[in-house]
Amino acid sequence: MTAAERPILPKLVGERIKRREDPRLITGHATYVDDLKLPGLLHLAFKRSDSAHGVIKNIDTSAAEQMPGVELVMTGKQLAEILGPMPIGTPFPSPDHYAIATDRVRYVGEPVAVVVAADRYLARDAADAIEVDIEELPAVVDPEKAMQGEPAAVHEGFENNLAVPYVPGGTGVDPATMEVDNSALDKAFAEADVNISQRMTNQRLAPNAMEPRGVVAHWEPGKEQITIWSGTQNPHILKTMIAAQLGVGQHQVRAIAPEVGGGFGCKINIYGEEYTAAAISRKLGAPVKWIEDRSEAFMATTHGRDILAYVDLAAKRDGTVTALKLRLIADVGAYNMLLTAAVPTLTMLMLNGTYDIPVVRAELTEVFTNKTPTDAYRGAGRPEATYFVERAFDMLAHELGMDPADVRRKNFIKKDAFPYTTQMGAIYDSGDYETALDRALQNAGWEQLKQERDQARAEGRIVGLGLAYYVEVCGLGPSASLPTGGWEHAGVTIERDGRITATTGSSPHGQGNETTFAQMLAEQFGVAFDDVTILHGDTGVVKQGIGTFGSRSQAVGGTVLMNAGEKVKKKMAKFAAAMLDANEDDLVFENGMISVKGSPGSGKTFAEVASFAYVPVPLPPGVEPGLSDEAFWEPENNTYPFGCHIVMMEIDRETGEPRLTKVVAVDDAGTIINPMIVDGQIHGGLAQGIGQAMIEEVVYDEDGQLVTGSFMDYAIPRADDLPWFEMDNTVTTTPVNPMGAKGVGEAGTLGSTPAVVNAAVDALSPFGVKHVDMMLRPEKLWRLMQGGGA
Amino acid sequence: MSEKATVSITVNGKVHEEEVEPRLLLVHFLREHLGLTGTHVGCDTSQCGACTVHIDGASAKSCTVFAAQADGSEVTTIEGVGSQDNLHPMQEGFWEEHGLQCGYCTPGMIMSAINLLNENPKPTEKEIREGIAGNLCRCTGYQHIVKAVQYAAEKGVVR
Repeated sequence: MTAAERPILPKLVGERIKRREDPRLITGHATYVDDLKLPGLLHLAFKRSDSAHGVIKNIDTSAAEQMPGVELVMTGKQLAEILGPMPIGTPFPSPDHYAIATDRVRYVGEPVAVVVAADRYLARDAADAIEVDIEELPAVVDPEKAMQGEPAAVHEGFENNLAVPYVPGGTGVDPATMEVDNSALDKAFAEADVNISQRMTNQRLAPNAMEPRGVVAHWEPGKEQITIWSGTQNPHILKTMIAAQLGVGQHQVRAIAPEVGGGFGCKINIYGEEYTAAAISRKLGAPVKWIEDRSEAFMATTHGRDILAYVDLAAKRDGTVTALKLRLIADVGAYNMLLTAAVPTLTMLMLNGTYDIPVVRAELTEVFTNKTPTDAYRGAGRPEATYFVERAFDMLAHELGMDPADVRRKNFIKKDAFPYTTQMGAIYDSGDYETALDRALQNAGWEQLKQERDQARAEGRIVGLGLAYYVEVCGLGPSASLPTGGWEHAGVTIERDGRITATTGSSPHGQGNETTFAQMLAEQFGVAFDDVTILHGDTGVVKQGIGTFGSRSQAVGGTVLMNAGEKVKKKMAKFAAAMLDANEDDLVFENGMISVKGSPGSGKTFAEVASFAYVPVPLPPGVEPGLSDEAFWEPENNTYPFGCHIVMMEIDRETGEPRLTKVVAVDDAGTIINPMIVDGQIHGGLAQGIGQAMIEEVVYDEDGQLVTGSFMDYAIPRADDLPWFEMDNTVTTTPVNPMGAKGVGEAGTLGSTPAVVNAAVDALSPFGVKHVDMMLRPEKLWRLMQGGGA
Repeated sequence: MSEKATVSITVNGKVHEEEVEPRLLLVHFLREHLGLTGTHVGCDTSQCGACTVHIDGASAKSCTVFAAQADGSEVTTIEGVGSQDNLHPMQEGFWEEHGLQCGYCTPGMIMSAINLLNENPKPTEKEIREGIAGNLCRCTGYQHIVKAVQYAAEKGVVR
């Protein structure tokens, strides 16, 4: 085929390209961890604590050990001989945490023993046959009592159960010395026309990726190497941590994230079950598998959120907010996991919201309790900040009788003020908050909706409107802000047949990077989408990487992929220039050809140039053979996407049941590679944000028993719980990366949650309601309508 | 364990005779005995629907059925619905409309959605949402799944 006959390739970046991942997923041929089979595979099952807090007096494993087919039973003490306490990723002092409890149990579901057996059913039977004698201690459940040391100490050496005793931040706080000067804060509140003061909770949630966690570990004796397959968001971090825990070199560990069935933050942490599987595989010299049950997941996979705030806001009568102060108390559960202690610090960081507030102060305390440990959950700290700020702004609007949109507009950071350094120390990269607000108001028909609400109220119906605005910190980030390192890695190879294979350290679990990254590379090289393959998730294939979290894949992983591509492209131009007897700067890459600018008919195909690059006779001077290169890249700053979510709600007067009748979202994630995938990301975030507001809550009773231990007691949104989402976006690019992309994975969870609660409070305002804590249980709303407290 | 039972189950048109533990769940029979790993397990209380298959033409959660109970039945799993070269209109709909992200709930969701259209070939949006309410998806917020089902309904699903 001559160049003139070659089809002109369609534009790819910014287009709704169908996902490369889907054919295997829709036909049932994808391989998740539980789909793996290896010869001689053994199965693990964990015996878990039924008590929230207690001393292990005795563990009787004899019945389990006698069962035919049981290979091994290990208690925590036995495992501790080959596996030390687990590492974490934050700098705060932390109690020892063993993969299996050694002497005390500190939450319901904490492992106390592990069984290895020939088959999964048998492993479960044997685990159930283990008898554990625990001397109960008082369960620490209420974080505010825990801070007084009541009713017990979760860990020795952590006085008053303080995991992080006191971190101040914002106006008047010297970040170097942590010295606090209250003068500006006191002055602002003393001079305010209006003070808003409210205790608010951001309840505990269970992430509930549809694929529970799972791991297969295979130590190969003689080879002295381990391969570990895990449903993880970050295989390279898994590799690093497994090597450290086993005391082997990183060259001896290969970590593979196969198909991963959702993460939402809970698959960032490296868990005790992964370390246990690795250690046992090495001990037995046999492959082992552990697959989590959903009931286990509710107890043993990290929870999210669980932070309460005492919020104080000072304002002038015209709606100008002059100061914001939050006393934050995070209930982190029983132990520090990888990023546990860091999540609430992101809440602190984002307390300026989208507003030019001159005085912002936060004080954070993190508290141990006898609950499942918390860690990242979609949004990780930012939805909490958004919720507190946006509830406070709505309370101010209500107090002043102002339109909630007007209060926000009055205080917005103006479009020309970026980069904008907040009182909390964040440097917002770019923003145009008014445009997205206007678009949301227009799309929702805000004025019309207000009339409809008032009309409905006049008819005796309980209807409310809620609006919330968010900004989040994404594209994490400079290494200074991430204990894992804040860079990403990519490799690009032109195969000998001219096709492109690339590797990325951003290992996805549903985000569609195989598609979006191929769109970008194909366009960069001017080749067909189908000629680009993206590999990920295997540390034996992908040299280096960090992983997928903090809405960083596009902003960081995408950028480094382009950088690696650019290196290869430059080299490819040298080969093409030699073949075409042209200057390499005069070449264009388009429609699968490399040709001299202005004469497309004279070019060489990708396959021809690649073929020459791998058998270069003669080798052009100053060029090495081959077409493959890699890149690392770290952004100088985070990105700060933003948006506005509006909802309308009707509450059934007789039952208190809330129902959403409208959801409008306008999000600004900067440059978009694939709008279809971006819509999907926001849809999912909206559903989770709405789920938090309305139906999701992890509940412990006063004994520390997990009441919501299955999908029978913990609801996640079903298709008929949600209305149609009306989507739109604005585009404000970021200067932080050359593409201008900000990230979108978590955005949906940010505005939706406060928007829903704002709508509920608006609906209930005729009953004198000024605030209601999540979740919006019908009974709670019904009581409020009866004039009772929530 | 206990005595084994012999079952004869036709899966995707092929007859399988196997000795199984009486307590063996159909989903584990499919996954472990037959290697049909497209059917997933997402919970242990029959809420999530990731394990949905068709038994004698109607959708069922295969984690709630013992293999022994399916003796003599015809079972269709996601692997029997369509192939890469010959996708079922519902599979096509999920691909066209971005009805999946991580893909874990997808096989069960597709089986439920096919069952829905078998019973109600032209469902409204509300009927679609109610029809797939027994299947949980944590990624999509369901909107693109609704569109996928609408796509298949427009194409017409004839079994």
